[in-house]
Amino acid sequence: MTAEPAEQVLAGGGPGRRPRRARRGAAEDVAGLGFLGAGAFVAPALALIGLFLVFPALWTIYLGMTDYRLTGLQAVDPTFVGLDNYERILGDPSFWRSLRLTLVFVLLSGIVGQSLLGFAIAWALRRLSGWLKGIVETLVLAAWVIPASVSSFLWIALLDRRGGTLNALLGTEGAAWLIEHPMPAIIIFNIWVGTAFSMLLFSSALAAVPPSQLESARMAGAGGWAQLRDVVIPNIRGHILTNTLLITLWTFNTFTPYLVTAGGPNGASEILAVYIYNTAIPGGQLGVGAAISLIMLLINLVIALGYLRVGRARAARPAEASAVETAGGGETA
Amino acid sequence: MTTPSTSEAAARADRPAPLPARVARAPRARHFVSRVLTVLGLALLLVFFGLPLAWLATAPFTSAPTLAVGWPDWTLDNFARIGENRYAVGSFVNSAIIGFGTCAVVLVLGAFASYALSRVRIPGRDGLLYALLLLSSIVTGTAAMVPTFQLITLLGLIDTHLAVVLVISGGTLPTVIFILKDFMDSIPRSYEESARLYGAKPWQILRDVVVPIARPGLAFVAVWTLVQVWGNFLVPYLLIRRTQQQPAAVLMYTFYTEAGQADLRLLSAFALIFSVPIIVMYFLVNRRYGFRFHGGIKS
Repeated sequence: MTAEPAEQVLAGGGPGRRPRRARRGAAEDVAGLGFLGAGAFVAPALALIGLFLVFPALWTIYLGMTDYRLTGLQAVDPTFVGLDNYERILGDPSFWRSLRLTLVFVLLSGIVGQSLLGFAIAWALRRLSGWLKGIVETLVLAAWVIPASVSSFLWIALLDRRGGTLNALLGTEGAAWLIEHPMPAIIIFNIWVGTAFSMLLFSSALAAVPPSQLESARMAGAGGWAQLRDVVIPNIRGHILTNTLLITLWTFNTFTPYLVTAGGPNGASEILAVYIYNTAIPGGQLGVGAAISLIMLLINLVIALGYLRVGRARAARPAEASAVETAGGGETA
Repeated sequence: MTTPSTSEAAARADRPAPLPARVARAPRARHFVSRVLTVLGLALLLVFFGLPLAWLATAPFTSAPTLAVGWPDWTLDNFARIGENRYAVGSFVNSAIIGFGTCAVVLVLGAFASYALSRVRIPGRDGLLYALLLLSSIVTGTAAMVPTFQLITLLGLIDTHLAVVLVISGGTLPTVIFILKDFMDSIPRSYEESARLYGAKPWQILRDVVVPIARPGLAFVAVWTLVQVWGNFLVPYLLIRRTQQQPAAVLMYTFYTEAGQADLRLLSAFALIFSVPIIVMYFLVNRRYGFRFHGGIKS
């Protein structure tokens, strides 16, 4: 549930493009397993996946049509209420506000913020080497890998009203950033956390741009901007799409902003992930929470199918797809 | 936009060369400006990414840390606070139990499944693998938190480490099988054939022949899983309410949200100790395996 295997799909290819190694005699049953033996080997893993990944997803459909609650009578004996939950959600302004905030969040922190900043860093670092590059990369990566509950506190400390570093630096003593501007706060926080992925993806993409093309553009007198527009962007279009879709999926599903603002104040930063939690667990309305979960799962499905489509289109152009793979191997950070 | 487009530039290059000085000056000035902008941008970047992290690097070594970043006086007393707290040490133990437990489940089940999938052409195998992978990226912990919570309640596993292990294992297994199958595919089959000639059973072949050869792959998956689990907040936060049972990720959150003034000496030292293993593991894996698995190692 925490895994993000999409990158492996990217690297390894889908059914349309199997790894080369797999083809070599994959059909030989050298251990003498047979279908039954193979079934017995696969079954435990499938059972676990079935129970804790597939079943919850399907069960959401049923749960969303009940009046399950965390406590009280409906906790023991829930009744089937059909589409009442959905009717209620769709008529609830707080759901629409949450959806709108989610859209803004995904758009600004993910698609615009992380992608653009990640690309800009990769672009700026592409010909640098030595300690400066090392420091920038390490800091960006460190922001990504430290546990969410630590990075959240680092930002709470930074933005704190009384003792925060930001207020001390800007001389804005007493400015309560997390209360006055909760959305910008979690957007910038999420850019800080997630930019590393785009940076890594784009720096390996940039390394795969044929130097000869860049060279001839330079010979023709093209400046940095013209090189970017006429040579680089057309070469890495596939990476841009992949990056955008993955970032969209991850940003949409991140729960980390909860750790910074918990959706407050008064729901002003309650993105969908936090809205589900607040409705279902502290709010106790498990049925309604499940209904919103189903909506979220469906949106995920749409994004993932979009990703698949792009993956297929890219697999059809093997030159570009293999460029990702080879460029990836040499990357060090 | 002051820069000429490529075609314009190409056209200009075709013309007889203008005065050398003029040619040289314009690009140099442009080069200088872009250089200054790059350096300025990088400086801003360092501040943006470094400032929050600076607290984590300095506060643990400051004898009276505040929320603001300050120069440390290099004391180690704060780390003693971890031992004095009722739950802190236990939470690291909990994190380790959940982490290694998940590792064990995922490695054993993943090795069996990926081996069978690599060696036997089960009908619809590729489709199955692909569907599982797709599913694991759609059914995220966030989107499925309500049914997961209900399921664990129903099974009576609330407040147990086993619940967290099972839920995270179910979510990561598709990826693990996918990675391991790739490793298994690359193992030459001749060893297994000869083992079979001597009458070894399939599970013996797996244990005595395949696993030793696939060790690098298994090691990678182990570290990958640990990184996934160590920092995971949502699953244990959802499923474990008793403080004694909580892993470090959840306890850390409790430290700064519970009523009253947060103990920054404890909190800073705890945060550093909690972060170091994951940073070390990450850079270790990164150095050995490169970008190919970045997307999977941390999300």
